[in-house]
Amino acid sequence: MSLKTWLAAASPLGADPAIRAIRVTAEDWRRAAEDLAAAGARLLALWAQDAGAGHSAVFAVYASAGGLLLTELRCDVEGAPAAYPGLQDLFPFAGRMQRAARDLYGLSSTDPDTRPWLRHAPGEAYAFVRVEGDGVHEIPVGPVHAGIIEPGHFRFSVVGEKVLRLEERLGYAHKGVERRFLDLDVEVGCRLAARVSGDSAVAFSWAYCRALEDQTGVAPPRRANWLRALALELERVANHLGDLGALGNDAGFAFGLSQFSHLKERLLRATEEAYGQRYLLDAIVPGGVCRDLPAAAGARLAQSLAYVAAQTAVLRDIYDEHAGLRDRFVGAGTVAGPLAARLGLTGLAGRASGQAYDLRTDLRDPPYDELCAVKCGAESGDVAARVVVRFEEVFESCRLGQRIIGGLPAGEVRVAVPRPDSDGFGIGAVEGWRGPVLVALSAGRDGRIRRCHPHDPSWQNWPVLEHAVIDNIVADFPLINKSFNLSYSGHDL
Amino acid sequence: MLKILRQIHRIGILTEPVPAADAGMRLREALQRRILQIMGRALCVRAVDAGSCNACELELQALGNPIYNIEGLGIRFVASPRHADLLLVTGPVTAHMRDALQQTYEAVPDPKLVVAVGDCGCGGGMFGTGGASLGPVSNVIPVDVAVPGCPPSPTRLLAGILAALSPATAPAGTAGP
Repeated sequence: MSLKTWLAAASPLGADPAIRAIRVTAEDWRRAAEDLAAAGARLLALWAQDAGAGHSAVFAVYASAGGLLLTELRCDVEGAPAAYPGLQDLFPFAGRMQRAARDLYGLSSTDPDTRPWLRHAPGEAYAFVRVEGDGVHEIPVGPVHAGIIEPGHFRFSVVGEKVLRLEERLGYAHKGVERRFLDLDVEVGCRLAARVSGDSAVAFSWAYCRALEDQTGVAPPRRANWLRALALELERVANHLGDLGALGNDAGFAFGLSQFSHLKERLLRATEEAYGQRYLLDAIVPGGVCRDLPAAAGARLAQSLAYVAAQTAVLRDIYDEHAGLRDRFVGAGTVAGPLAARLGLTGLAGRASGQAYDLRTDLRDPPYDELCAVKCGAESGDVAARVVVRFEEVFESCRLGQRIIGGLPAGEVRVAVPRPDSDGFGIGAVEGWRGPVLVALSAGRDGRIRRCHPHDPSWQNWPVLEHAVIDNIVADFPLINKSFNLSYSGHDL
Repeated sequence: MLKILRQIHRIGILTEPVPAADAGMRLREALQRRILQIMGRALCVRAVDAGSCNACELELQALGNPIYNIEGLGIRFVASPRHADLLLVTGPVTAHMRDALQQTYEAVPDPKLVVAVGDCGCGGGMFGTGGASLGPVSNVIPVDVAVPGCPPSPTRLLAGILAALSPATAPAGTAGP
């Protein structure tokens, strides 16, 4: 079947006709994945959960040119096989999601890797893949790292300085987020969603609100949508500035860190003035945003964005001309376009490897249907390319931010969100600074959460990092890792 | 090179000169004095993320920017617990991080100080206590000072470090001012 046929066979999940859902048999679960992969659709998320009425199910969401498609496979009905068909050969990163689904919900796939992923068995050694050969030795790193970063374990197999293989062991930040969502009030759930990965708070809380609003049929006011987009772009700029500084520092250029961290601090203070928070953990609320942006505060924020863009232009010039930086950035951690496509590299890192996907321009959900965001990208797939995309996106987001403030429509910034009529189900997807963030939410008539699954794009990109470091030297790993800057918390749930 | 020097000159020194009446500055002066009194050298801090959402880490990193300039106060983040005087721990502590946190704590030479950072590190926060989350840092290792906030601002974090150095600190007290 073609993509169009699958989309036509599915029915709209909520109010948005571009988000469609279909319940499938085990056979069709696999066939849909094959057809959609062949049509160039991308797997956004895969997870297992309670499907209501005592059923357990595995879910997959695909992003295609025709919108989002959710496939649901009930695993406890009569005639269902003991294990659902695995999708790892079609979407390599799905393997870890399937392992997590087994850890958290007990549903197994037919794929061969059955090692636990998010759940660590106490006292049981994890079966790392051993690399054998003359002079090969292992370097274990983590979970506590030498820096102010999140916990995770990396196992390098090296010969001399050269990395033959990196294997990641994640799950140390696993807090039981999905279980924590259960029975929370939908308003409180929004605050928890923002804290799935604190650096992507706007993306997660907006995706959560979209999922809730879609199932209750609420359209946020136009002004609220614009202010949400402003928050999302501020989050993008702040994170990119932090990364650009850290990347300079990791290449021995401390000047870059002090310059960019100063710019980031200026932006955070302007953000605090506008939204009352340095990090926008509670800016997006169901039905709109937490508060309005007065004209004077907006004007000052626009000035800050103009300053950030101007200074970043000066610094880009310096980064571009600095021989030491070029030497470290160019050719380090390369993921060529075809490999990126095969492995499903997504978001910012994907765009640096020629994977030109960005939900803001691909789906054009409000307000991006009016804002005309420009997609940024590069082809070479190395650290230098990921630096280029960050620079370009800082400029573009500063431009968008100023355009939003300049053209902010009048009106309300929040509407009431009614309780869902019946136990509803909705999906929200937002292009966060790191990549596409997805939240699937089911809320009950009592206003309490039945189930919620937040998905961070780090799920897609962590496995690709293992490929990016092959044949690089160990000393370049921090630089390569930072150029991806993936979330541990958002992945470990 | 000329462009770099020009940019350094243009931006200048940003470390905030705060007037005498500003409580924030008094805190920083007092902080430096106390470190010199008690430690007689630089204070070495080891940050441990025991399972946070990473927002606290962003503010810990901000302490190093030219505006807060924590290194200018003689406080340095170090790469090994064996070099540290103080542990800054963000949470909630996950079940999977319990052993690693305990081992890190044991690796810090005595006398040592522990500052729990953020609403989650202090009380479990949005993630609570139960299941995969063991809640506050004090459930796993002894805590000298708790700095709440979601996330706490860099100024609050500095206040928390000061509270840890103050001899009047009650265990698990709340950071001033």
